[in-house]
Amino acid sequence: MWQTSQTINFAQGEFVMAPAFFILIGTGTFGLPFWLAAILGGLVTLVLLGLAFKRLMVDPMIRHGALPLVVATIGLAILMKEAVREFYGADAWPFPALWATTDVTVFGAVFAVQSLLILAVCIVVVAALQFYLAGTLTGRCMQATAQNPAVARLLGIRVERMVLYTFLINAALVWIAALLVTPIYLAKFTNGEILGLYAFIAAIIGGFNQVRGAIVGGLVLGVVDNFCAVYISSSYRMAIPLLLLIAVILVRPQGLLGRVEERTV
Amino acid sequence: MKRLKSLVTLSAMLLCGIASAQVKLAYVGEISGQLAPSGGNFRDGIILAVEEINAHGGMLKQKLDLTLYDTQTNPGVARAQMQKALDSEPYVLFGPVLSGNVKVTLEMVKQAEVPQFIGGEAADLTTLGNPYMFRTSFGQQIGMPKIGNYIRDELKAKTIALIWVNNDFGKAGRDQLLKVLKERNIRLAADVSTEPGQVDFAADVVKLKSANADAVFVYSNEEECARIMREARKQGLKGPFVGDTTLLSQKTIELAAEAANGVVGHVGLTVDAPIPEVKAFGERFQKRFKYKPDHNGLKGYTAVYAMKYVTEKKLGKLDRKAFMRTLHGLTISPQDEPGILIETGWNDVGEIDRISFLATVENGQQKIVKILPKLGK
Repeated sequence: MWQTSQTINFAQGEFVMAPAFFILIGTGTFGLPFWLAAILGGLVTLVLLGLAFKRLMVDPMIRHGALPLVVATIGLAILMKEAVREFYGADAWPFPALWATTDVTVFGAVFAVQSLLILAVCIVVVAALQFYLAGTLTGRCMQATAQNPAVARLLGIRVERMVLYTFLINAALVWIAALLVTPIYLAKFTNGEILGLYAFIAAIIGGFNQVRGAIVGGLVLGVVDNFCAVYISSSYRMAIPLLLLIAVILVRPQGLLGRVEERTV
Repeated sequence: MKRLKSLVTLSAMLLCGIASAQVKLAYVGEISGQLAPSGGNFRDGIILAVEEINAHGGMLKQKLDLTLYDTQTNPGVARAQMQKALDSEPYVLFGPVLSGNVKVTLEMVKQAEVPQFIGGEAADLTTLGNPYMFRTSFGQQIGMPKIGNYIRDELKAKTIALIWVNNDFGKAGRDQLLKVLKERNIRLAADVSTEPGQVDFAADVVKLKSANADAVFVYSNEEECARIMREARKQGLKGPFVGDTTLLSQKTIELAAEAANGVVGHVGLTVDAPIPEVKAFGERFQKRFKYKPDHNGLKGYTAVYAMKYVTEKKLGKLDRKAFMRTLHGLTISPQDEPGILIETGWNDVGEIDRISFLATVENGQQKIVKILPKLGK
């Protein structure tokens, strides 16, 4: 989203929180089976967090620059959080896991099936996204739009449509993330705070302008966070990733895999 | 004739005044924020009791007028809301439920001299010098020895891995538990501190697993207890899991689902208690609010009826100071006041005494395995 439309979305955490409640409304209020509520929740996510977000917030705001949009997304995050609290309550709600919470033992080490399957889904999704971006004509057009929208437009690429695809892909990804993470975190209106913060730190550590940078940043952050909590102190677990963030900003501001961006002034 | 007319008018005005007179009550509690499940249950218990009392003509023939103030589980907001509540001069205060919020508002309530039924369970709350403060449930110093005896006598555990929440409630509970374990020669194999509102417990459960203790003691708020149990089951940690009240609360069971099965603990109050009056309360509550209450629902409900009993049967008037003096050392039985549900007494510092329960979770349902007697018996 940053590359295609210069959008920094501070409501990204709330974007992961919201689809869980769309699904819970389906199962709880309308009594739908989970699979149907999940599909309908995905469609609602595409429309509200993909299409409507772009048309109603990003398009009118982006012409005023990146900073007003950043402030607007912060406002959107608060609005989404408070709306869920108002209409669905402040309590946490159970959310069904996609797989049974059993575990398997491999060479004496116990692995949770749920964790293994989450990892597998993530790998498949990332691989599919990479294939789409690099292996299809639409994907290459999206990359061209990300690299230079003006030249892309000269080449006949429908830049606005490519940007819209980016927002729809983002909406699909937050829907998948919600399905994977909510059974562990439980559905609660505050979930977006921690998710958004970690996502932002991961993106900066890995490199804000590279998809693989965000992936590597997420992995590094997750491993460092958990190892610190186990072997150093769980009380200071949040401090270590923030120290890592400061170190990366000081030593390699573009992130571990990020590309240096130059701007003509 | 003119005098008669004036007299009739005056009488009518007085009657109207009497009919519209209301007793102001305030609930200052955790309606939103991290402790909303507990604060919401406590609030709904109060609302149910107030509605019932008003439906039967009120207290001293005056309607109860309850105002709700949300602390948002935030000590700063709690102080502001408490001040707002005290400015409205309530007859009795209910809440807060979060021990930390009880502490930060303690001096304000003490100076205002308003009787207060708290939901907080931290051990030190009744030692802080507010004579107007009354508990609605056991302090940790009463619950912990009971569960300590269970760990020693029934589980026969020699080592315990403890996971606790780092707030006033958790710290005070940890201190009480360590004292209890030491007295019973049970070794602490792991001492894992967690943060309020924490969502990822993977690393903490790894620590519990590596401690290889005979039992795991979980001491946190309801949502965190549920997340800990889910993560523990995910990582194959077998337990046994023991705790006090929050680990076995209805909200924890609902959120943890099958991960809650098998946990054992001490429960001060529960709607699953084998007492017909308590079960009937649970049904009325569920009918009114469409969910099953936990112990906090019972706490709020019985506190309102305790207020009614003291005011109507013991005082016959609205007098805060006399209320405070009367409730100290008083025991109320269901024969005296059916709304109290279980015989309950308060000592000279506002500590509560009533029977309690040892419970376990089976097939997603809390099951009482033993009734523990009152301390005074």
